[in-house]
Parts: sequence; structure tokens; C-alpha cells
Amino acid sequence: MQRMIDGGAGAIVTKSIGMQPRDGYANPTVLELEYGLLNAMGLPNPGIDQYGEEIKKLQKSTTPIIGSIYAADAEEFVALAMKMEQYGAAGVELNVSCPHAKRYGLEVGCDTTLLQAIVSSVKQQVHIPVFVKVSPNVVNIVEIAQAAEKGNADAIVAINTVKGMIIDLETAHPILANRTGGYSGKAIKPIGVRCVYDIAQNVNIPVIGVGGVTTGEDAIEYFLAGASAVQIGSAVYYRGPDVFKHVCKEINSWMDTHGYKKIVELVGAAYQ
Amino acid sequence: MNIPTITTLLSSTTETADIKTITFRYPGTVVPGQFFMIWIPGVDEIPMSVSKITKDVKGITFRKIGDATHALYYLSPGSKIGLRGPYGNGFTLTGKHLLFVGGGTGVATLAPAVEHARKRKLKSTVIIGFKTKNELFFEDHLRQCGATVLVSTDDGSQGYKGFASDLAKDVLKKENIDAVYTCGPEPMMKTLLSCCRTIPFQASLDRYMKCSIGICGQCCVGNGLRVCLDGPIFDGKTLQKVEDFGVYRRDAAGRKIPF
Repeated sequence: MQRMIDGGAGAIVTKSIGMQPRDGYANPTVLELEYGLLNAMGLPNPGIDQYGEEIKKLQKSTTPIIGSIYAADAEEFVALAMKMEQYGAAGVELNVSCPHAKRYGLEVGCDTTLLQAIVSSVKQQVHIPVFVKVSPNVVNIVEIAQAAEKGNADAIVAINTVKGMIIDLETAHPILANRTGGYSGKAIKPIGVRCVYDIAQNVNIPVIGVGGVTTGEDAIEYFLAGASAVQIGSAVYYRGPDVFKHVCKEINSWMDTHGYKKIVELVGAAYQ
Repeated sequence: MNIPTITTLLSSTTETADIKTITFRYPGTVVPGQFFMIWIPGVDEIPMSVSKITKDVKGITFRKIGDATHALYYLSPGSKIGLRGPYGNGFTLTGKHLLFVGGGTGVATLAPAVEHARKRKLKSTVIIGFKTKNELFFEDHLRQCGATVLVSTDDGSQGYKGFASDLAKDVLKKENIDAVYTCGPEPMMKTLLSCCRTIPFQASLDRYMKCSIGICGQCCVGNGLRVCLDGPIFDGKTLQKVEDFGVYRRDAAGRKIPF
């Protein structure tokens, strides 16, 4: 995380942390395909109790840390969020969209009633902002985002990875040990942009765009679709940990040449 | 693209009761110290430093220790495995008289570097340390590479009795060594580093790896150094600042495990 801060990130979202330590899946866990990364890490994490020291190590930095958390029910989400707040996290992001972890993630994020109840419980117990990261692997992503808004979420993060698979021809084995995984990177940018575009017009809270942001122009496109900020993951692979500096510079120079002064002028400009 | 390519196992050679070397066709360039990800479909995929480098054939040497190495151990020539890589940075040889210090299976990682030193007509002294003489391997192979080979065993069953790092201290005192290269148990490498204040030093680190391409963060040490991409070879100057070095590693869940 320190390396990403040094690379110019404006804030850091942690890997998703749960109640208990979790090994994640066997390898292969991450593959680079033609147009993106396919992963099934399986939510590996040392558990919330041990994660405190990892966050505390970063407290010298002024960069906000957003604690990503996953759980199967409201009670656990609340416990995790409270721990994150106690550790000094600037916000929490509820991962209700992991496409490949049984009982967690997407299985929570598909149920609008359950999701609203979870967000609402977390909001009642913590004072820091609560973001909800939603999945594109649903019939109606807007409905899910609206459920989170009804639960008083402070922002929607869209999108998590798109479910995918790759099979080796010679052995007929799916290559990921978990067989299926989540696709990220350039390939999913149009999917993310569409989701942000649809969500942002139907909720009254900020939307954070994520999915394939690799250059400043990708970020601009998400702003135009209605995102107020963007997250970057896979592009750390394509452009290294300094990707954050590069993207910020590219956003600035694009705005300069196109006569924009503030990002807010761009947000949702595509609705015209 | 970074996905495994299926290749055929060419040979499987027994080195000790639980250590084997396997070879496969790979015509590309590999630098000593780099590693491949070896995929055993349906089992796991593991990082393995290259232990044999020829023009068209490369090899790895491993101890039967987990599911994946167990499966590899019993694969016969002709079996299919998946391969991706080579990954990582590899050793950089500098100076005229090099000291290589290997502990256990770490010896296998150093072997191609010793061969490379011979090609460049550099003088090599190689210390190989094992718990006991039954675990000894590659001794003859390293001698054939023209190196002076010194053996240490913890129990004294062969060669010097004690740790390879203690034997290395003696060599460093007696010989004029220009650079030190090591791979083995981290406490051993850390001790060695403390004896190499002004001598250039490179160590190959072993960490639990997942993605192998620098994106998942599993193998990070220090302030975000990725063993898979920024390493696995790190120099002494860098390692002085890595708090984890010789102190702890992380398990699959990211928990700290003391050495």
C-alpha cells in the first residue's frame, strides 16, 4: 500500500478483509489475457484482527485508507466496519460483488432487501463514509445501487469484475484453480462506463467508477458517464505503481486542452 | 498474454530421496536466478527457480514438500505440465572471484549462475550447506563447472560441521572475494549479509507467490517490493532496509510467520 501511496494514489482501497483469516484459492489465481486480467484470488486476507497493524503502519501518510470488507451477514459487516474505523480508516467499502467466493460477495449483493439492511446497519454504527461496491453480474445493477442508497450508503462503487473463464485446449482444464474468475482491465471498460451511466442518473449519491481505467482519458470517460472519482487496479500491472501519477497528469492535460477547470464540470456531461 | 503453455516433461532425475530435477523444452533466454511458474493441472501452480539452462532445454530442481511438488515428483517423462515465465530479474555477476553460498534446495538456484561464471572465466568458490550428508546434491555437477566446492553439514556427517554461513565467514577472511551470491534459508542469508558490509551481495528470496506478475501483493516485502517482479534477486543495500528479511514471511492468508 505504501508503494501505491508513493505512486501518487489519492486514496487507497485495501484488499477485502473478513472476520477470519482466509488463504484464498490455489494457483493459478491471476492470468493476463489479450485484453485484461482474469483472477480468482478467493479473498485471501489475514483477518480483521491482524489487519490493524497493516493500516497503522500507514498512519504517517495523509493518504486516506478505505477499508474494503466482506461478510455474509449484517452483524459481521458491522463488526468489520467498526474495527476499520477504530484502526483509522477514512471510510469503508462493502464488497458485495466478489464474483467467485461462496456465501460472500455477489451472493449478498444480489439480494436488494438483504443489501439495504446490511448498509443500513453499518451506517448506524460507524461515523466514517460507507461505500458499496456493486457487481455487473446482475440483471439490474441500478436496482442494487438504489437498495444501497436506501440503506443510506454514501457512495456507490461500480463495477467489480465481470465473471469469466479460460480453458486450456491441450488438457481441457479450466486454467484458474477456481475454474471461474473475474475479468478486469481494458476489456471491461465499456461495461463499467455503461453501468456508471445508468446508476448515476438514478441515485442521488456520488458514484465512483472502476473497471479498465488505464489512462487519463479512461478516467475522463467515467467522469462524463457520471463518476465523481475513479479507482484503478489492473492498470498497476500494465503501467506499474506510478500509474496514479501518470493518470492524474493525463487528466490535467486533457482538461487543460479542452478548457475544463474542475472535474465537477465533466461529471455526468454525457446525459445531454 | 500470461497464461501457462502446455509442455512435455523430458526427463526426471532423482538427486536425493526427496529431491528431483525435471527438464522440459524451452528455447527462450533465461537468466540464472529467474523462475518459471509450473502448473500441474488440477493441483496447483508454483514458482520454481531455474536450475538448468541449455539452449533448448531448461530444468528445475525441487524437494517433495507440498501437493504440487509431490505431484511433480511422481510425474514421468512424457507427462504434460503448464509453463509460464521466465519471471523475475536474475543474478548480476560482478568481479573476478565470486563466492556462492547455497543452503538446501537453494543450491539448485545458484547452479546456473555458477555455470554462467565459468563461461565468463570467473573464479568461483561454492559453499553448499545441508542438514546431513543424505541431503547433499549437485556437488559433482558444481565441481564439473570448475568451481571450488566446499560442503557443510549441520551434523558434521560430511565436510565442515556447522552452518554454511559460518564456513562462508572463514572463506571471506582467507580469500579475496569480490561478490557474494546466496540462496537458502533466510536466517542463513541474513547472517551472511552481516558479514558482507562492503562486498557486493545478492540474495534470492523465496516467498509465497500467487499471481507471479506483480499485481496481487501476496509476495511483497519491505515497503511494497514484489519478490516476483522486483526480485526474486535483491542486493545487500536493498535488503538492509527490508524489515522482513530473515525475520518473517507471510502465509497464504498474508499472516506473518517468523522464520
